[in-house]
Amino acid sequence: MQIFKRKTEIDFMGKRKLAAILSVLLVLISLGSVLVRGLSLGIDFTGGTLVEVGYAEAAELSKVRGVLGEGGFGDAQVQHFGTSRDVLVRLPPQAELASAELSDRAFTALKQAQAGEATLRRVEFVGPQVGDELTEDGGLAMLYALIGILVYVALRFEYRFALGSVIALVHDVLITLGIFSMFQIEFDLTVLAALLAVIGYSLNDTIVVFDRIRENFRKMRKGSAVEIINSSLNQTLARTLMTSLTTLLVLVALFVFGGEIIHGFAFALIIGVLVGTYSSIYVASTAVLMLGISKADLMPVVKEGAEVDAEP
Amino acid sequence: MVLVLFGLLYALPNVFDQDPSLEISGSRRATVGSATEQTVRTALDKANIAIKSTDAGDDKLLVRFNDSESQLRAKEILETTLGGDYTQALTLSTDVPGWLQTVGALPMYLGLDLRGGIHVLIDVDMDAAVSQAMERYNGDLRTLLRDEKLRYSRVAVRDDAILVSFKEAGLRDQALDVIGNEYRDLQLEALDEGEEFLVQAKMSPSEQRAVKKFALDQNITTLRNRVNALGVSEPVIQQQGERRIVVQLPGAQDPSKLKELLGATATLEYRLEDTEHSVEDALAGRVPPGSRLYQTRDGRPILLKRRVIVTGNQITDASSGFDQRTGSPMVSVSLDSQGARRMRNVTTENVNKPMAVVFIETRKDTRLVNGQPVTRKVQVEEVISVANIIEPFGRRFQTTGLDSPEEAHDLALLLRAGALAAPIDIVEERTIGPSLGQDNIDQGFASVLIGLAVVMIFMAIYYKVFGLVANMALLTNLVFIVAVLSMLQATLTLPGIAGIVLTVGMAVDANVLIFERIREEIRNGSTPQASIFAGYEKALSTIVDANITTLIAAVVLFSFGTGPIKGFAVTLFIGILTSMFTAIVGTRAVINLIYGGKRVARLSI
Repeated sequence: MQIFKRKTEIDFMGKRKLAAILSVLLVLISLGSVLVRGLSLGIDFTGGTLVEVGYAEAAELSKVRGVLGEGGFGDAQVQHFGTSRDVLVRLPPQAELASAELSDRAFTALKQAQAGEATLRRVEFVGPQVGDELTEDGGLAMLYALIGILVYVALRFEYRFALGSVIALVHDVLITLGIFSMFQIEFDLTVLAALLAVIGYSLNDTIVVFDRIRENFRKMRKGSAVEIINSSLNQTLARTLMTSLTTLLVLVALFVFGGEIIHGFAFALIIGVLVGTYSSIYVASTAVLMLGISKADLMPVVKEGAEVDAEP
Repeated sequence: MVLVLFGLLYALPNVFDQDPSLEISGSRRATVGSATEQTVRTALDKANIAIKSTDAGDDKLLVRFNDSESQLRAKEILETTLGGDYTQALTLSTDVPGWLQTVGALPMYLGLDLRGGIHVLIDVDMDAAVSQAMERYNGDLRTLLRDEKLRYSRVAVRDDAILVSFKEAGLRDQALDVIGNEYRDLQLEALDEGEEFLVQAKMSPSEQRAVKKFALDQNITTLRNRVNALGVSEPVIQQQGERRIVVQLPGAQDPSKLKELLGATATLEYRLEDTEHSVEDALAGRVPPGSRLYQTRDGRPILLKRRVIVTGNQITDASSGFDQRTGSPMVSVSLDSQGARRMRNVTTENVNKPMAVVFIETRKDTRLVNGQPVTRKVQVEEVISVANIIEPFGRRFQTTGLDSPEEAHDLALLLRAGALAAPIDIVEERTIGPSLGQDNIDQGFASVLIGLAVVMIFMAIYYKVFGLVANMALLTNLVFIVAVLSMLQATLTLPGIAGIVLTVGMAVDANVLIFERIREEIRNGSTPQASIFAGYEKALSTIVDANITTLIAAVVLFSFGTGPIKGFAVTLFIGILTSMFTAIVGTRAVINLIYGGKRVARLSI
């Protein structure tokens, strides 16, 4: 079985203006949403307490809220988690109460909410200070990953490719963030990890395309930059789609069967893979083209192109 | 081939079940023997709890259960049956046969989110540690100047310096000399402010660092001692960063208990032993007034005077070493000025009499009594050492007559561990109940299997024979990941499982790249053999480039990430390396085996 029976000859670059407008629009909307609505940050970053309780029978949220209100936790957020027997309670950081005691007291209150036994499934408490550090570390991690990649690609290819790939990565990360912001999906530590994985994945895709572009620039004697990039994209298209497909398959499996805790993570990656696939075709190549790549830039000067030279 | 077998060997332990079990160990007062095993069996039989098996180790008894529910019930029952002299730790123990364990093959180490447990991040207040040290100097300087009869008008702490003011410059200069001789670690400076002549004393940066490091080390020691008393198997107590301590208790389920324990206060008291009265009389109930009956660590009764000489708060340092004259192990202790004076007075009057150190720990303890939580204060008092006073001493003294360097080390720890060196604050807590842990394992396992199955079916349909070869590589890859994780004993967490799932998806990428290249070559009219060759050759540099960039991301994730992110980074990293190996080397070998050396008209791709 093959996706494409014959060589495809889709004029990707012909539509690059349209794609560029679409990308810029999406990035702007995402940026706007992140700036205006902000991200629904999880307690990993904001600090606070989270208690997950499993009841023997389905729990009514209104009852749980009532009990918590009586216990002095009026500002608690209550929701079902996974099943109707599981209840997740979020408590904002409280200055006056020793943080560690907060969860104990909340759990004591929660035990009275429902007949039957309540088991403590999970407690997470993150102090505001730790939250700030995590936010900072997360941002730094993202930055260092981007710099590391920029340097590596610049060394292995050329600075225009490095810029192109980083533009594509920023594009992917921003749009994924934008979707999390627009739908106010909780952004926690695992989502951050997913975002970094998206960087790795999307780059993987982009590099494969760039590799082919470089090879074709050296091999094809005729043709403009646009034509060469176009044929490179067509040659790698089957692979790009195949890999995205297999990755998406496992991600969907993870999303469906991996349990509630891993939902955000799987979702971020699904979005990231979709956007990353698009960006490796349109954004990265368009960026390289706009930066004015030419044949002369890629002619092998050093031994690096040995595998190409070996070709007839 | 060898590698694959090797991988299988080390992945094998993970196939065996992990039984929920209880690890029962004795304390200083009670040992675990066959009698204990009998008691445990009878008690559990009576309660109708099925025991899977019991293993007696040295001073330990491992009781395995079929499920975690009976494990929890058994713990409750045994707590009342065995009493406080035994500690029972909830743990998971594997069924791995001995021959596998001897070659070092162990199952993967499951993170807290998979096995359940408590993770606490503790912040140590370093500034308090430094300001405590400043306060100590404050007192010491006053005493020193008084002893030397140098009249000062004022001693005050300002910012990070102690200022001693004098009326005359001459007096100030004398004081400068005296202080400089006694406290070499202080940075001294002479200042003139109006009518006053000042000595400004600052702690040197290196001493500040030393004070902070000491505070952290001492807090870790204290916490370790306390956590060990909790009876958890494999607790982790580690420094994280410059001022944080991580405490991880796998299998523990009661965070409030841990917090009580961490918040416990402990202190020490030096007291004279009462040698005039007999211990036997005291045991019979005739305790002389002015004395009290205590127990030593090994349970021996001892009679001590009620009057306290010095308390632990007055100990400024304690370290173990060797006596310079005799070469025997010793502990050297430093006291603050007030304690030193009292110590000198008492020891001068009591040469050749024994003196004891009492360790007192106070904490809150909440237990369920008739279904109601009852909090009570628990005070543990123990005599940790008794030694003869050889000659009068004051600020610094040594305790000798210890049996071994280890004993000296432990004593020094306990002397220091009396109180926490600096206040602590819990800044992060993550508790995962055992039921959620099991759910996480099940769901993680399910998603790996389903993801794997879907990808394999897809590959087989899409690439036919080549797809099957890629599937073999994929399975081998999974075996490798599990084997490497087991060998490194890296912690497997839920995000770690997600990392494995992701690697499964991405691992086929290398093969997809190669296979698409081969198809392309065929389309371009190359012969099958040449196509295979060219496919592998040309795809290689692409695969390496693409994977190295992902590796960069994984490394960054690992170095910046905490807990959950680290787990993901580890499996991603290992996964990328093993998948590169299996996809490039592994599949090529198999493809060559199938198509190599023959004239093939058509490739099944």
